[in-house]
Amino acid sequence: MKPARLPAALWLSSGLLLALLYLLPHSAGLFAWLFPEVERPLYTQDSFANLVLAHLLLVLASSLIAVLGGVAAGLLASRPAGREFRPLLDSVLAISQALPPVAVLAIAAPLIGFGEWPALIALVLYGLLPVTQGTLAGLASVPDSVLEVARGLGMGRWRILWQVELPLAAPVLLAGVRTSVVINIGTAAIASTVGARTLGLPIIVGLSGFNTAYVLQGALLVALLAIVADQCFDWLAHRLSPHVGVEH
Amino acid sequence: MRLYSRVRLLLVLLSLAAALGLPLLTYAPNRLLTGQGIALLDLLQGGSGLRWLVLLPVLPLLLAPWWRPAVLRERLVYLAALWLGAALWWLAGSEATLRAGGEDALARVSFGGGFWLLQLLLLLQLAEALQVLAGGLPRRVLLLLLAQLPLLWLLLSGRLDSLSLLREYHNNQDAFDDALLRHLQLVLFSVLPALLLGGALGVWAYRSARFARLLFPVLNVLQTIPSIALFGLLIGPLAWLGRQLPGLGIAGVGLAPALLALSLYALLPVVRGTLAGLQQVPPAVREAARGMGMTPWQIMLQVETPLALPVFLSGLRITAVQAVGLAAVAALIGAGGFGAIMFQGLSASALDQVLLGVLPVLLLALLVDVAFRLLIARLKGADDHA
Repeated sequence: MKPARLPAALWLSSGLLLALLYLLPHSAGLFAWLFPEVERPLYTQDSFANLVLAHLLLVLASSLIAVLGGVAAGLLASRPAGREFRPLLDSVLAISQALPPVAVLAIAAPLIGFGEWPALIALVLYGLLPVTQGTLAGLASVPDSVLEVARGLGMGRWRILWQVELPLAAPVLLAGVRTSVVINIGTAAIASTVGARTLGLPIIVGLSGFNTAYVLQGALLVALLAIVADQCFDWLAHRLSPHVGVEH
Repeated sequence: MRLYSRVRLLLVLLSLAAALGLPLLTYAPNRLLTGQGIALLDLLQGGSGLRWLVLLPVLPLLLAPWWRPAVLRERLVYLAALWLGAALWWLAGSEATLRAGGEDALARVSFGGGFWLLQLLLLLQLAEALQVLAGGLPRRVLLLLLAQLPLLWLLLSGRLDSLSLLREYHNNQDAFDDALLRHLQLVLFSVLPALLLGGALGVWAYRSARFARLLFPVLNVLQTIPSIALFGLLIGPLAWLGRQLPGLGIAGVGLAPALLALSLYALLPVVRGTLAGLQQVPPAVREAARGMGMTPWQIMLQVETPLALPVFLSGLRITAVQAVGLAAVAALIGAGGFGAIMFQGLSASALDQVLLGVLPVLLLALLVDVAFRLLIARLKGADDHA
């Protein structure tokens, strides 16, 4: 395992995010100069820090559920007992791969009602796919010979799963979680169109009110948040496996 | 009785739960009010009282879990699922005519959660049956498309016209046609430039590892930025550019920033596909071509390109499917397309208008996906059953 030193890109992006969060509330003058045509150059309906927290909370909650569900589904379909469900799961994954996140959101909202709930459900549903795929691919990447050896050592099924399969599948599984979380950060921003309070709010309010300054403020924060999350996973992936490349 | 297929049992149990526990349709006095649910059982008692007859083919599906696996079982399941899918549409259409027929009726009959869930479960039954009935992707796709013919007939014969979704369509027909055209434009004119530029960048990255090390972090960051944020970030610079160069039609909102952002998104999968495609061409093949006296251009056009094509097309498939979905988000910056209908419906909380925007996006995404899969399967030859 490599030392736990944080890479420069992660320092840079998270530093930028924190600096932006600190400076934005004091930057009315700057935005007034950049966008002279806009009457109120700084989004003040809600503090940016609160929006970041609400955004993160939504993404964390949905990702947690998605990871638990996705890993469980992937595990189930790769065990002998659940193997006959594999084609069904593949069909579901193939269909849902073509579903754009925004479509899931748009269908969930009128059915469940506006606000945080449809956002959470859409995010969970959409987050499940990459995690399930990652789990399946990760478990499939464990060589049969390794399993043979583990069995030969007299390890039980649970111990093999816990101490051999999951650790070896972890890098690929993590890549699935990474895709899931990064997509969900973006989808959570769009969820503002169905009434969820996230960083998408300044963007949506700005777009509908022709206030480009609001749009820029929201967009900068969302973009940085996604990049920071992606870099965190990059760092985690490096720590988990020095052999797996970052490019994917 | 011995249980042969737990998969089928799960599908049947879920279908029963959806049919009995969720409303199949909803009824509302007008298009903006939330509808009252109509359960399947209520529906079967309505009409001429003989509606339950159309659900008779449910028997093979109910028996299938305990039925020894055989081609006959799968054929009957295929036909039953096909029939029931169409029967649900027909039931919905005739109930809508009954409750909300007539040109100027305000009442609306829409789909409930049960309808979509049942259709999805029937589709999965079809897919399970096709695992056995049809080897190879082309035949499977053909049989899936055949299963949609009854729906097409119901649509064309006007038997579904009283449904709220179809009413929304007839009320917005012009907007729908414009949206279709615009959506296709958005996808086509963002994927095509990305194809050319991404292909070139991919070839360059293949020739120079140093360039690849510079290129991929940039593309990765671009891909990481959420669509709505990228659209937002481009508004300012493009509006400024439009002010500096008037007459070119560049503006902060509208088609230009949407196409630019969509092209940027499309770049990474194309470059990745090009590079991966070229990398999996065996060096021995290249050596042999050189040994036969082929020029570098000939090697590229006649050896590398055909061998790299399937992997490259896989990258393009992801790009195109992704572009169909992202183009819907582009409606937020005034680029039009089906997203415009969808977001209008959301702000008016009119579910059927939302559906009118979402369903074509889903269909388009699925069609693009299947078309590319077919093409790739064809290129790879008959041994591919993916």
